[in-house]
Amino acid sequence: MNPLDFLLEPLSYDFMVRALATSVTAAIVCAVLSCWLVLVGWSLMGDAVSHAVLPGVVLAYVVGAPFAVGAVIFGFLAVALIGIVRNTSRIKEDAAIGIVFTTLFALGIVLISVTPSQTDLNHIIFGNLLGVSWADLAQVLILGAITLTILLVKRRDFTLYAFDATHAHAIGLNPKVLGAALLGLLALTAVVALQAVGVVLVVALLIIPGATAYLLTDRFSHMLVIAPAMSALAAVTGLYLSYYLDTASGGMIVLVEGCIFALVYLFSPTQGVIGKRLGAMKRQRMLAAQ
Amino acid sequence: MSGERAGAARDGGGAASSTPLGSVRATDVPAIDVRNVTVHYGDVLALDNVSLSLAPGRIYGLIGMNGSGKSTLFKTITGMLRPDRGTVALAGQQPALARKAGAVGYVPQSEDVDWAFPLSVRDVVMMGRYGHMGISRRPKAADKSAVAEALARVELTDLADRQIGQLSGGQKKRAFVARGIAQGATILLLDEPFAGVDKRSEGTITKLLRELAAEGATVLVSTHDLNALPKLADEAILLMRTVLLQSTPAEVLKPENLARAFGLDVTAGDVA
Repeated sequence: MNPLDFLLEPLSYDFMVRALATSVTAAIVCAVLSCWLVLVGWSLMGDAVSHAVLPGVVLAYVVGAPFAVGAVIFGFLAVALIGIVRNTSRIKEDAAIGIVFTTLFALGIVLISVTPSQTDLNHIIFGNLLGVSWADLAQVLILGAITLTILLVKRRDFTLYAFDATHAHAIGLNPKVLGAALLGLLALTAVVALQAVGVVLVVALLIIPGATAYLLTDRFSHMLVIAPAMSALAAVTGLYLSYYLDTASGGMIVLVEGCIFALVYLFSPTQGVIGKRLGAMKRQRMLAAQ
Repeated sequence: MSGERAGAARDGGGAASSTPLGSVRATDVPAIDVRNVTVHYGDVLALDNVSLSLAPGRIYGLIGMNGSGKSTLFKTITGMLRPDRGTVALAGQQPALARKAGAVGYVPQSEDVDWAFPLSVRDVVMMGRYGHMGISRRPKAADKSAVAEALARVELTDLADRQIGQLSGGQKKRAFVARGIAQGATILLLDEPFAGVDKRSEGTITKLLRELAAEGATVLVSTHDLNALPKLADEAILLMRTVLLQSTPAEVLKPENLARAFGLDVTAGDVA
């Protein structure tokens, strides 16, 4: 089989075209958001919110509302509950996060079990990339576009919030509003991504691309390019691999993301465990040659 | 006890004629006016009936033990913390209005900054301009030149494209002061700017702050370095949950006064 056929054959199926569009969109939106999540230190929060939206999505399905509405409500509910448990008891934040998101996630699973048309909803948990409908794709594209637009237009404010919230406050911005906006976008992003990889694996798309980019550059503006490019590449590669190897598509995408991270972790010229040493050896050789 | 005041002992440099930093003129309106401020953290009393009046064009050194309420006072002045009782006015305005006008510049403690954050020195200084920018904070020519001028002023032009963590301790502080300059701040708050900074850099920063004060800025510096206080500050404020004394550095540094704040016999020296 020549390389072009290798790439084109899967695209002769409509479901693969939809899967590709969905996964690449989700990968890009999540990756852009992940740049802030890894710098604010919200990786666990990303995990929590992406799980906690499950009951919201199920209830939205039951009443016929857009998934995004239920997801955002339960995303904020989760964050509020975590804050309450942390601030009003001796429980530390990581435990509070663990308690709240697993309980909400469990509520979602229970709701799925009592809601008719179970097959449909179970896909939310593990994703069903190959079963994405045109309507699902439309929702992913619209939510993705909204989220991406807000993130990119307000990117400098979010970066300021992540870097120095006190300064943001001192120049008359409202850090609480910026933080809440970031959390709202996190909930929306979770909805975009759960179509692709499912609730359980969303967190991978929300952390790995930003973390990978962070190991490659000292410029936040560059992270915003590297992370989505790396994640889109992982989505395409993962999907093709899953097609030819006949493996789970969502799992395959996350596996590729993890492998790219591992390579960067080892070989990044400035931050990589091996890359740094290779660079130092090269410099020494050059010095010796002089 | 709400604190004694030594009358305004203006010893030169106070009356600012030209004010490139902003619109504060040497008037009778205090730049920072804290009145009867009380702050609690839960049951813990952090600030007890604190009153302070800081004039434009002067540098104030804030000294006190750890836990004396220095950081709390900073947070109350920037408005991050709302006092349980009392009021704060900045440049004669509501603090929120003064903040929106870009009057308040803040130089954080080193330990409050993520030095690995992927931003260049220039990026950080540009953040001083955000209040002057449109919704997406896209820098215009005026913003870029303000940043370039501020960087030149603190002598960091050559290092502007370095990642902020790759600066020395003193350079890091100057980068944040440059942010306040680019912002056009008339009130500059520095939280422990000399911690982890060598003596030479401390001298450079002191000189820079003196220049800014001469141009009309009000500078409030919390510091542990009592030896450097007379060179740095026009007035010193001794804090122990409440203002024990606001006077000249020489007066505040008298052992009997320090003993009141630190609860032990200190001869002027470095108090940790």
